[in-house]
Amino acid sequence: MAKVKGDIIVDIEKCKGCELCVVACPQGAIALSDNINKKGYHYMIKIKDNCTGCENCALVCPDAVITVYRKSGKKKEKIATISNVQNNMTMEVN
Amino acid sequence: MDEKDLKLNETEFLNEDICVAEYLVYKKPETLIDIDLHYCPGCGHGVVHRLLMEVIEEMNIVDKVIGVAPVGCSVFAYNYMDIDMQEAAHGRATAVATGIKRVLPDKLVFTYQGDGDLAAIGTAETIHACNRGENFLIVFINNAVYGMTSGQMAPTTLPGMVTTTTPFGRDTSITGFPLKISELVAQLPGVCYVTRTSVHTAGNVRRTKKAIQKAFEYQMQNKGTCLIEVLSNCPSNWKMTPLESNKFIEEEMIPFYPLGDIKVPKEEK
Repeated sequence: MAKVKGDIIVDIEKCKGCELCVVACPQGAIALSDNINKKGYHYMIKIKDNCTGCENCALVCPDAVITVYRKSGKKKEKIATISNVQNNMTMEVN
Repeated sequence: MDEKDLKLNETEFLNEDICVAEYLVYKKPETLIDIDLHYCPGCGHGVVHRLLMEVIEEMNIVDKVIGVAPVGCSVFAYNYMDIDMQEAAHGRATAVATGIKRVLPDKLVFTYQGDGDLAAIGTAETIHACNRGENFLIVFINNAVYGMTSGQMAPTTLPGMVTTTTPFGRDTSITGFPLKISELVAQLPGVCYVTRTSVHTAGNVRRTKKAIQKAFEYQMQNKGTCLIEVLSNCPSNWKMTPLESNKFIEEEMIPFYPLGDIKVPKEEK
């Protein structure tokens, strides 16, 4: 199986600490921090390095604070980039 | 609080080789304005706002869409959505949307309404707009209470549910039975697509997004009114934590308001 590895970036100042992402994460990689942000909420942090980039946490987040990255084991080679279409299109081969 | 602590926590497990634009799979849509939402922690409104904006961005219809904001918790929806928006009087969003759609028939129109707005004061407007088969999308957020005014009983409140105006639970012999708006409008011939979804788990969020996408496609084909009822939580007024409120949706609301398509266009059957 291709190895999938992901990561998340959290906008901690916008997080309201509702804990929905904590139960949505199948890997148990998220928890609430002991610290608080400027609004006084315990924000979410990643506590383990086993994120698969499944997007579940970002989907259930009401405040859209999570950005998800996923790197699959398959290497993609860029063969061409066409700019100025709609969103710059990239062609790749596996 | 120490600034250093914050930074350390945030970047403790940050993989610099993964967090690059090439591997980006999910980010906040550009059409959702980058300011704090005023909703309570865990509120389903934020999710539905984001899904609507995601669909609009992905379908590339930003300059074609006009939204109508309601009165209720989501009264400031126009502050968060970076598209053309119009505020309507309480309950009259479907009437305003009718006007917009008839004057500008090539635009895509949606209304965003809560249950106090759509199912209580705006019942007449909603039913008649659906009966006329007006060609727009109604997004109906059902959280079973009046959220903005601190949780009074709404027409959609479940039997026996405790609210500030029914402290001993809703007594159906005095206050009547919950109004199932989706089943009600599904009988009307002008309505093309009625579905009930939820936003309490990741799978249901994905299904809601698909439903919104489908509804915009039907609107492009001039098929008639589409109504998407989204079961949402209200942790503050249900007096629960966000996690408990999602459990309440699963255990109490879904048995009463079953999820799934209630009406689909004929060709799809």
